[in-house]
Amino acid sequence: MTGVLAFTLYDWHYFFAQLVAGLTLGSLYALLALGYTMVYGILKLLNFAHGDVYMVGAYIGYFVLTALGGALSPVIPVVPLILLMFMAAMTGCAVLGVVIERFAYRPLRRAPRIAPLISALGVSFFIQQSAVLLWGAIPRSYNTFSLHNGVLFTYVTIGNLRLQYAQILVILSAIALMASLTLFVWRTTTGKAMRATSFDPEAASMMGIDIDRVISVTFLIGSALAGAAGVMTGLIYQNVQPYMGFGAGLKAFTAAVVGGIGNIGGAMLGGMLIGVAESLTIGYLSSTFQDLIVFTVLIVFMLFRPTGLRGTPVLQKV
Amino acid sequence: MSAGAPPPPTPSTSSATTSPQIGADEWVRRAGERLVDRTPQLVLLLVFVVLVALIPVITSNEYIVRVATDTMLYVLLATGLNVAVGWAGLLDLGYIAFYGFAAYLFAELSSGHYGIHWATWITVPLVVVGTIMLGFVLALPSRRVSGDYLAIVTLFFGQIFVTLTTQGYRWDWFGFGGVHDITGGPTGLTQVDPFRVFGHQLTQARDYLWVALAGFAVIAIGLSAANHSRTGRAWRALRDDPLAAEVMGIPVNRLMMFAVAAGAGVAGFAGAVNGAYYQGVFPTSFAFPTLITVYAMVILGGAGSLPGVVLGAIVVNVLLEVLRTPEHARWVFYVAVLAGLIAKVRPWRMLGAVLGGLVAFGLVVNAIVGAVWPRGTAGPLYAGGADFTTHGWFATAVRHWLVLPKNTYELPNYTIGNYAFVILIALVLTLTVVRGWKRYVLLVPTLWLAAFVWENRLVEEAPTTRPLFLGVILIVLMATRPQGLLGTPRVEVV
Repeated sequence: MTGVLAFTLYDWHYFFAQLVAGLTLGSLYALLALGYTMVYGILKLLNFAHGDVYMVGAYIGYFVLTALGGALSPVIPVVPLILLMFMAAMTGCAVLGVVIERFAYRPLRRAPRIAPLISALGVSFFIQQSAVLLWGAIPRSYNTFSLHNGVLFTYVTIGNLRLQYAQILVILSAIALMASLTLFVWRTTTGKAMRATSFDPEAASMMGIDIDRVISVTFLIGSALAGAAGVMTGLIYQNVQPYMGFGAGLKAFTAAVVGGIGNIGGAMLGGMLIGVAESLTIGYLSSTFQDLIVFTVLIVFMLFRPTGLRGTPVLQKV
Repeated sequence: MSAGAPPPPTPSTSSATTSPQIGADEWVRRAGERLVDRTPQLVLLLVFVVLVALIPVITSNEYIVRVATDTMLYVLLATGLNVAVGWAGLLDLGYIAFYGFAAYLFAELSSGHYGIHWATWITVPLVVVGTIMLGFVLALPSRRVSGDYLAIVTLFFGQIFVTLTTQGYRWDWFGFGGVHDITGGPTGLTQVDPFRVFGHQLTQARDYLWVALAGFAVIAIGLSAANHSRTGRAWRALRDDPLAAEVMGIPVNRLMMFAVAAGAGVAGFAGAVNGAYYQGVFPTSFAFPTLITVYAMVILGGAGSLPGVVLGAIVVNVLLEVLRTPEHARWVFYVAVLAGLIAKVRPWRMLGAVLGGLVAFGLVVNAIVGAVWPRGTAGPLYAGGADFTTHGWFATAVRHWLVLPKNTYELPNYTIGNYAFVILIALVLTLTVVRGWKRYVLLVPTLWLAAFVWENRLVEEAPTTRPLFLGVILIVLMATRPQGLLGTPRVEVV
């Protein structure tokens, strides 16, 4: 193993492959982290159920793919097929997210802080187990290797660097989604209302902002992004199963914390960093204990910089 | 006893007549009364201990004794978690990892894995102290990061622990050393020594019931004393408003660490008992589902109330045990629905109308489906995979009231059950929104559909139904009765 380490460290092709894999993974984490960070920014709620919304998104994508003939013999061309999967998953997850907020969190708006957290744990567990009940615990495979003779996994060569179409697809669509989110938050009235609510909910409501509506919109957007991330996971890593949301959600939340919770740009940065770090850990250190290393690094990171990379120190007001 | 307990009754006339003492405020003057307040708890504890201790004497049924012992372990776990969650208000999500850490530590020190077989009186204190130390270390981040970050750090620790236990059989020092088998991997560590007390090997379930019970009695008295001391009051202050507590000069960080470590200590004892009782430790026992189970117990019983969490642990574990057997689970389901209706639907006329409507609705649907699609009502009533159709009037009644599709390859009844499950969730959510007579009208099809989903889907799949219920307990309780069964409602001061 040490020999492998010394050999591969200077192999730039290997390094680049790990980096691209990390950026792909990071895109998924970033998309998920956005949902966490937006909800946390506005409600100060750690939404444990977010990872499970992502899992449901992955399943929706799978069912759309299966309904349209499966990866082996799709009845429509590849591009509209993938678009349709994204749209269905994003819509489905958006609805799910809004429903969760409406029924599990909204009644607890005035409860002690720990109440919505426990409710979120319950929702997460409930969705997970419902998925086991409805779809079984056995993983289902997108099987996108067979899609149109494996077009997603053919390599593109740029200079002497190699990238897969699927990786380009994931990274580019994640960037597009994040760019439109940024535009939405900074250029629209609703975005302005979201920023105001995140800054000070009470003052915002006094200014005539409908807080409940803003929170619903936040959940809608965050969950739609999670749905997109779910489909991307299926497209690249094939397997979807009911428990996939837990670990991914945990890392994505960490990404949000690393970037500075509540900070949208920070979540993107944090997601990419965690993805690359995890990928490099798998590539160079250990493919068995990557979680252990990643989580240990994060605990240490949180000890020394609790506000994250781009977060501002929180001033507690009385 | 429970946090934020109502103030003691107003002073009696005798105390009113005594002249106020200089330098002794209300609180100090009533010290004697508070001692009296505490006795009912001691009596409760005594009654509980005697009742549980007698279980193996009364019954020779090994199954019941085993369930009682499992329940006692959960009682211990819930008691420990209550310190962090109920008293100090910290969301400790690494709690089950403490339990697992203790069980594994005990197993490593008293099994053939490393060939160490230390005596029980050394290992158990060692395990407990080790777990407490771990609790302190894990709570360290709370000095820097507060509130939700503690939840995240502890959750990470839980994940790390799961990775370590399932993958620890091929620990490779990240390529810088040989491969070691530390934890036995997915199959865990087996052939762990049982406890040896005064030369006796404890091998039977009832021995561990008594050990756990004795431990619980000591822990309950100790924790109760802590809760009534300055530390306990400081915990409650910290839970209700950390900022105000800090301003009042309460050492918030130290108290958080104390709370997490005290809970970890209780989990440590439970872990050691677990390792010796099952004579083996397995990674699946210490994962997320167990954590949710213990949380459901604490929340259901009432976080902050010691009798509450004990009650919660008993109710939840017995419920989960009953759900294993479809025949029992079926009775519990119908009785629970009926009891819920009787408790919630007022006035009596309305209750009668709902029940009558429910019976009529089922019969009509059964008749319609039977006429349109005969196979829809031809299915059997299952019980643990066996046909339950011929078993008595109850089965007959259910078959004529519900729709039980006959299972075929083209249309397995779980497909229908799946759609019904989703519709049921939608109906229940709608029920929480509508008001007045619409709610009662909607209640009828909802209940019928619940029975439909139950018979066609849930009753047979105990491994999924059990955790599903835990999730429901957490969500429903938080929305309707966050203080649980015996807890005290809390008012958030904004």
